[in-house]
Amino acid sequence: MTQTSTVETKAVSAEAAPARGPGFDRNYLPFAYPALVITAAVIVFPWIFTIYMSFYDWKIGQAREFVGFANFTKLANDPRFIESIGHTLYFTALAVILPVVFGTIAALIFNERFPLRGLFRAIFILPMMATPVAVALVWTMMFHPQLGVLNYLLSLVGIPPQLWVYSPDTVIPSLVAVEVWHWTPLVMLIVLGGLASVPVEPYESAKIDGASAWQMFRHITLPLIMPFILVAVVIRMIDALKAFDTIYVITSGGPGTASETINIYLYLQAFSFYNIGYASAVTIVFFVLIILLTLVLLFLRQKAKWT
Amino acid sequence: MRSRRSLGVRVKHAISNLGFAFAVFVIVSPAILVMLWMLSLSLKTEVDNMAFPPVFIPSPPTLANFLDVFEKNSFDLYFVNSLIVSGISTLIAILVGVPAGYGIAKAQAHKIAVLTLIARITPGLSYLIPLYILFQWIGLTGTVWPIVITHLVLTVPIFIYVMIGFFESQPPDLEEAALIDGCTLWQAFRYVALPLARPGIMVGAILSIIFSWNNFIFGAVLGGRTTRTLPVAVFNMLTFEQVAWGPLAAAALLVTAPVLILTLFIQKEIVGGLTAGGVKGG
Repeated sequence: MTQTSTVETKAVSAEAAPARGPGFDRNYLPFAYPALVITAAVIVFPWIFTIYMSFYDWKIGQAREFVGFANFTKLANDPRFIESIGHTLYFTALAVILPVVFGTIAALIFNERFPLRGLFRAIFILPMMATPVAVALVWTMMFHPQLGVLNYLLSLVGIPPQLWVYSPDTVIPSLVAVEVWHWTPLVMLIVLGGLASVPVEPYESAKIDGASAWQMFRHITLPLIMPFILVAVVIRMIDALKAFDTIYVITSGGPGTASETINIYLYLQAFSFYNIGYASAVTIVFFVLIILLTLVLLFLRQKAKWT
Repeated sequence: MRSRRSLGVRVKHAISNLGFAFAVFVIVSPAILVMLWMLSLSLKTEVDNMAFPPVFIPSPPTLANFLDVFEKNSFDLYFVNSLIVSGISTLIAILVGVPAGYGIAKAQAHKIAVLTLIARITPGLSYLIPLYILFQWIGLTGTVWPIVITHLVLTVPIFIYVMIGFFESQPPDLEEAALIDGCTLWQAFRYVALPLARPGIMVGAILSIIFSWNNFIFGAVLGGRTTRTLPVAVFNMLTFEQVAWGPLAAAALLVTAPVLILTLFIQKEIVGGLTAGGVKGG
């Protein structure tokens, strides 16, 4: 699943840079018309049509029937859907925290000058550009309980073999491992962008005052890069909530329904069971959930700014 | 002026350098090791791939898995499909995205950014369901066009965003001079701004090609036997040939290698384009 985002980082840079040039100029808008037509067709139309479909009992290939909010009330009492919300939140929490921590550490390392830095950085960002399906296939083979290389590596350090994605208990953490591997580079790039804008003066005076490296990080670097870390958290959260490709390829929601996230459930409803009316209702609830969680994060960020 | 450092300071320096080198090694190794493992699996015989403890270095390496992929699957067809889908969807993104990026940057229409934010938040599947119905109604299913059209959801926003960033960073002097000389807005764009926009177009095009190339779900739902894209074809191998690891790894490598090589060669531009936007593809 993939989308693009840019708005958050833009917002940060917009705050930093003062607006320049003349104000809003309507004469330039016709330049955007062709793009707006396409956007209306492939982005806005699906939104509206989804809302329309969600009020129907609609199975592909069968007559549809208007049912009002019945899909939504059914959803509220659908244990499998409610369970999938739990899986999604569990997956998301881990898939936000770990990449943000590792990505920030990696950004601090790549912010130093060292030989072959460009090459190492290129290698480091390879996972985020790699095709998710290919990544998922390799990890599937690595997770294999009998023949997988991960269990072999564990055996070298005396840890008993794990079932990884084949056990309901470890499937979500295992999928998170793939997600961490895949997307830590994105966090690194965002935070690295923040580190590039950090001024040198505070460090010089702190050094004169005898501050330790940790104190300088804690009291100078961290507050300065916090806006960028928060941008990374927001982007990571949206992406983790919507994670699909690797989960679908590796487990398809299994074993049983142990790794069935909202997005996987949505896919199954729409394209395995062909309940597109019901799936549209899932989409809307899912969308509202993502918006709410994003707003909570943005609100926390505002609050952090005030204090 | 050179000051002679004491042995203690030098040792301390060496240790901290060594520690730093170790840290670099630790953070880079997961990325490189997984890639190397994919390469290793693709170059080994099935016997070696099924061995435990695993065989790490293929001896001797074999290309049989790659040949197998092309023989047993119509990989050449899927490769062409992927090229068509990524190529056309990126081309359309360029055609509408360059003027749009220019117009939005010049008009300072930042509110349009909000639309992109919502588009960014929306799960890709939610575009797919209504468009799927629509394609059925107008009878486009069975061709490659539904996949091309849905990929516009990926390519158009990212391309416009890169172009907005690019045009905002360009000094407006030349176009202003052209306008004073009596050019229309369109002429100023066509003859002054556009010829200078090549670097921005390159970055935007590369990113949108990669996002489109990597996409799985749109092709998975809309692709038929002859119209599916490469990632979908590779996924289907998993379902039907679960036991054969060599060909599977070879196929995975074939899909992702063009993207990885591209990334290594032009990582500076990609990093620039991505950090401008905090973009995710894949």
